[in-house]
Amino acid sequence: MDFKLSKSQQLSQELFRRFAETEIRPLARDMDEAEEYSMELVQKMQALGFFGIPYPKKYGGAGADTLTYALCMEEVSKVDASTGITISVHTSLCCTCIHDYGTEEQKQEFLRPLVDGRKVGCFSLTEPNAGSDASGLQTSAVLDGDEYIINGAKVFTTNSGFADTFIVFAVTDKAMGSEGISAFIVPRETPGLTVSANIPRMGIRAASNCGVSFENMRVPAKNRLKREGLGFEIAMHALDGGRIGIGAQAVGIAQGAFNEAFKYVKERKQFGRPINAFQNTRFTLAGMQTQIDAARLLVWRAAKMKDDGEEYGPAAAMCKLFASETANEVTRLAVQLLGGYGFSREYPVERMMRDAKITEIYEGTSEVMKMVIYGSLKAK
Amino acid sequence: MKIIVCIKQVPDTNEVTIDPDTNTLVRTGIPVIINPDDKSGIEAALTLRGKIPGSTVTVVSMGPPQAEMALREALSMGCDDAVLISGRQFGGSDTLATSTIIAAALKKIGFDLIFTGRQAIDGDTAQVGPQIAEHLGIPQVSYVEEITPETDSLVVLRQFEDRYHRLRVKLPCLLTAIKDLAEPRFMTVEGIVDADEKQIRIMDYEALSDVLDPKTIGLKGSPTNVVRSFTKEPKSQGAVLKGLTADEAVDAIMARLHESHLV
Repeated sequence: MDFKLSKSQQLSQELFRRFAETEIRPLARDMDEAEEYSMELVQKMQALGFFGIPYPKKYGGAGADTLTYALCMEEVSKVDASTGITISVHTSLCCTCIHDYGTEEQKQEFLRPLVDGRKVGCFSLTEPNAGSDASGLQTSAVLDGDEYIINGAKVFTTNSGFADTFIVFAVTDKAMGSEGISAFIVPRETPGLTVSANIPRMGIRAASNCGVSFENMRVPAKNRLKREGLGFEIAMHALDGGRIGIGAQAVGIAQGAFNEAFKYVKERKQFGRPINAFQNTRFTLAGMQTQIDAARLLVWRAAKMKDDGEEYGPAAAMCKLFASETANEVTRLAVQLLGGYGFSREYPVERMMRDAKITEIYEGTSEVMKMVIYGSLKAK
Repeated sequence: MKIIVCIKQVPDTNEVTIDPDTNTLVRTGIPVIINPDDKSGIEAALTLRGKIPGSTVTVVSMGPPQAEMALREALSMGCDDAVLISGRQFGGSDTLATSTIIAAALKKIGFDLIFTGRQAIDGDTAQVGPQIAEHLGIPQVSYVEEITPETDSLVVLRQFEDRYHRLRVKLPCLLTAIKDLAEPRFMTVEGIVDADEKQIRIMDYEALSDVLDPKTIGLKGSPTNVVRSFTKEPKSQGAVLKGLTADEAVDAIMARLHESHLV
């Protein structure tokens, strides 16, 4: 077993790190304050291939692996978690659905512009009354000739403020429960699709996150992914992979907060010496980095399992569970180490602490992660 | 046009410290990067390639096997191919021996235009580029800030401390790039994946032995002796002006700058 990244993974990590430092860092605070993501930044990242990392070149992707994608998520999230989720929802959730379940025609029409950097995607599953219980969707899709008429409302759809392509989950057969849900590819300009203003939130405030409603929205039947009733499976499959991205995002948030704290404790003097001279500071930092390393290894393991074609669902759930808890613990400790300055908006650790919370909630709460993990347990 | 860019892998001097006992760079654990001026050369070469149909960019580095990463980075930025000049016999070479070896390799590789960086941030000699041109007997322009291609020649802007020179130089030639020449592009993820599939050509001593005199390379071929290396100390605190209003302070500072002919 070797824990070394390949040469191309190392170079990719270097690219993501440099881009994050030079292009994202200068904007992170202002984007958070303004609660608006920079479209110019999106375009720069699209041009460098950040929006098509793990997709084959034959569809316009970069042709890299899941681990490289996880490295991207970590490096950008070290500086700005909102950038992480913007890339993640597009890559792990939207593009996965089309790549893994789309027909060749659907891939050429919809996947190609998403992964070659022309368009941004989003994933519209969650509804006001269907969160962790995703099978309780109320949005309906009724077949009318060769079109579906979709009605309903979604909430917390990340990227929806500017996304070009929506994956929409709707009930096609109410009697069938979770097996009565279908998935549709919906272009933004489809009449009847309305996106609300950004939802005010505690963290990842720069990311776009809105309500989406459908009023007699007509979607061609050819835009349905696979057969009717497979929507729930498609959503769960996409979320399994998405959790690797969120795990990596959480590792990034934690490492970013650690880095800030590690720098600060060398400079900050109290009681006549830098605060890193105190054992409490040292032990705290040692514990923080140990937890981060453990979380990162869980993320890398899940990514490697996915790349190797192994069953990775429970491993992805474990990495997200542990990494998101790590991000919350580490950012809290980072704020504590920076004291009053950590609490002030002058330093980025308070933003990181706010950003960390959502990693325990979205793409499956910690409780749902434990349900997934429990389902896979056996004595070893 | 066959464009060559010579690059060097150097420690990132932003992160480097000097060992106070030995007065040498502490290199362990220091990230290595492509020398910044060389990276401008890569960007200028890639831009030129875009302007002149049929052009290729070959990136060349002399160094230990680890220098492969610098070459892979250059490939990931879009260079067409890469050559690593590497061999035990080349170890200990000073700038003269280094330029001798690189020039020998370049004769074998072939070239129409050669870029080097102005100087490397780890040694700051600015000698290797000009020496390569001398070995090859081709014209050179150093400190290049701007390039306009013409048929069989280039018009270049050379930056001097107090003026610019605009020169027309015939091809083949060698240019040394400064940071202002071009802002290097990022690698792309796809570029990295493509670079991974490319072979880096290794030129060792055997590959060059027919054109290299062993007495001119390595330690034997290096007349330079480093007597001492040291960290620059600030010369003095300078003049301290106290008790002035902001306007008075500006006037006093401007007066001093005028006195010193700095403005």
